[in-house]
Amino acid sequence: MGESAVIAGQAFNGISVASILLLAALGLALSFGVMNVINMAHGEMLMVGGYLSYLTCKFVHGPFAFLVALLIAFAGASLLGGLLEVSVIRWLYGRPLDTLLATWGVSLILQQGARSIFGPIGVEVTAPEWLNGSISIEHGAFAGMDLPYVRLFIILLAVVVLSLVALFIARTRWGLLLRAVHQDREMSEALGVNTSRVDLMVFALGTGVAGLAGSALALIAPVTPTVGQSYIVYAFLVVILGGLGSLLGAALASLLIGLFSAGAQIFMGVSLADVLLLVMVVLFIQFRPKGIVVRHSRALGEA
Amino acid sequence: MVRLKVSIRIVCLAALALAPFYLSDYHLSLLGRYLALAVLALGLALIWGRAGILSLGQGVFFGLGGYALAMHLKLVSLGPGELPDFMQWSGLDHLPWWWHAFQRPGLAIVAMLLLPALAAAGLAWLLFHRRVGGVYFALITQALALAFTTLLISQQPYTGGFNGLTGFTTFLGFSLLGAGVQRDLYWVTVVILTAAFLFSSWLFRTKFGKVLLAIRDGENRVRFLGYNAVPYKVAAFALSGLFAGIAGGLFALQVGVISPAMLGVVPSIEMVVWVAVGGRESLFGAVLGTLLVNLGKDWISSAMPNLWLFGMGLLFILVVMVFPQGLCGLAEFWPRILLRFHHPIEPEQKGGSGLHVASAAYAKSCEEGRGAE
Repeated sequence: MGESAVIAGQAFNGISVASILLLAALGLALSFGVMNVINMAHGEMLMVGGYLSYLTCKFVHGPFAFLVALLIAFAGASLLGGLLEVSVIRWLYGRPLDTLLATWGVSLILQQGARSIFGPIGVEVTAPEWLNGSISIEHGAFAGMDLPYVRLFIILLAVVVLSLVALFIARTRWGLLLRAVHQDREMSEALGVNTSRVDLMVFALGTGVAGLAGSALALIAPVTPTVGQSYIVYAFLVVILGGLGSLLGAALASLLIGLFSAGAQIFMGVSLADVLLLVMVVLFIQFRPKGIVVRHSRALGEA
Repeated sequence: MVRLKVSIRIVCLAALALAPFYLSDYHLSLLGRYLALAVLALGLALIWGRAGILSLGQGVFFGLGGYALAMHLKLVSLGPGELPDFMQWSGLDHLPWWWHAFQRPGLAIVAMLLLPALAAAGLAWLLFHRRVGGVYFALITQALALAFTTLLISQQPYTGGFNGLTGFTTFLGFSLLGAGVQRDLYWVTVVILTAAFLFSSWLFRTKFGKVLLAIRDGENRVRFLGYNAVPYKVAAFALSGLFAGIAGGLFALQVGVISPAMLGVVPSIEMVVWVAVGGRESLFGAVLGTLLVNLGKDWISSAMPNLWLFGMGLLFILVVMVFPQGLCGLAEFWPRILLRFHHPIEPEQKGGSGLHVASAAYAKSCEEGRGAE
């Protein structure tokens, strides 16, 4: 295997990690941008999505069972997210740090709940047959590279979901309301937008996408009660790096983080790469404190 | 009210100081380590309750202090020419150069104080001078806690890895294994906690403390009044780092072990719960919350281990949604409600927004002016 194949292989790995990060961070970016709420239980929505796809694949068979699982993971996670918004987050408006703590409490309860139901050991979702196998490149500069279908599927899923969400925001009436509330909450309220329903919708959408991420994750790794926690910190870094509630920023930031850590892992261990990643994020903030994509505003003290 | 508060505090201090005479050795050692943690909680009350800076990475500074002292304790427990056990297992044949400094107790204690304070100051400066605050700051400190623990675990030959540092025998020539030593360490902890408490409550009354409060309630207003908020916030955060480091050292000394499991993401956020439960704006509340939550954790997790995480999750939600000012807030809230029945508060005293009051006063003065014409 040539040197360029190694680098290209790591780049491929980086992109596939980035796609899961993007799916995980999309909802965070949305709810943070629109509602100024940090949802620490977001990682557990990944976990819920993973367990739901495990259950679905247990009871539904056939070649397209996994697609059904994706739908159920989305529906289940967004339902749970909606419930969380109505019962906890709605009452904590204007207190972002308190929301952070309360949702951390929710995440502990969900984790322990999963541990009581499914046990501490991970459960496996077997990928459908049409995802087994890989594309091998045998000739040219990248000879020896191996592109598993599962990872290609995840990348495709992330691209499709990102485009759907972007279309939803740009083209539908709900998307219009979302943009209005994002730009100026008070003014949209004054114009008759039911902002609490928009908030509920944004939150449910975001957690639903996290459920999809959990489903995708279940294809490549076992689902454990703590699966969310291992991704959530990176998802937060994506949000910080990407900029307040920007889809484009989130996409760029997850690519950047995925490629950076995959690239760093060529030269050093995983844990040192993690440390270096954090250092890079802190240094990056020195130059662009509001992230890659900045929303210009004359309001004071935002974010 | 003030006299009541002071007398409650004096009674509590006396009860703590006399604890070795009425508590069993086991319970005394538990109380001792909780009091060490309370020093860290004071630092959190200082930055979170006073200055409005939420840190989810206090475990890092706790760890820096704890490891600094533990490295010294590890070295003095060895015979001449011996290497720490985990270094031998990892195939190291000589002590890494940066371990050498910790052979001297004085340097180790200085490192225990300075390392966390400087690390906290550096991080705070990097973020605050670019006006990165609030939620962003909280999340970055959390990522820091994650990175710190993964680093500690991965560098097994130098840090003892997942097991951390343990097997301490002597400190400053005293054996750590004798029965009386535990009691002396307990008293040292009480003295340090009291000193930290008095220092913090003095600090709250100084101009520095008042500026911190103003920064919490309106950082932009403070800036427009001509203050640079950055040095105040950096100094407060460095102090909280110092407190956390002292807590780490005291903890390592009393428990006899320090490991990454005590300072990761989850322990760091648990530290925030202690302060939230006791009352983030009250120093007394921070200490009280630390003791109560840790006692509760010890009790619940030994009786019903599965329930602890449920309990802590519920505690988080309850504290934030039902009594955000914690136990001390509740204690101050009820007397005030009762008093209100006797002396209804005048509308002017209640205030409202500053602008509102000012415009009302302006309108009034206009009316008076017209009357004089």
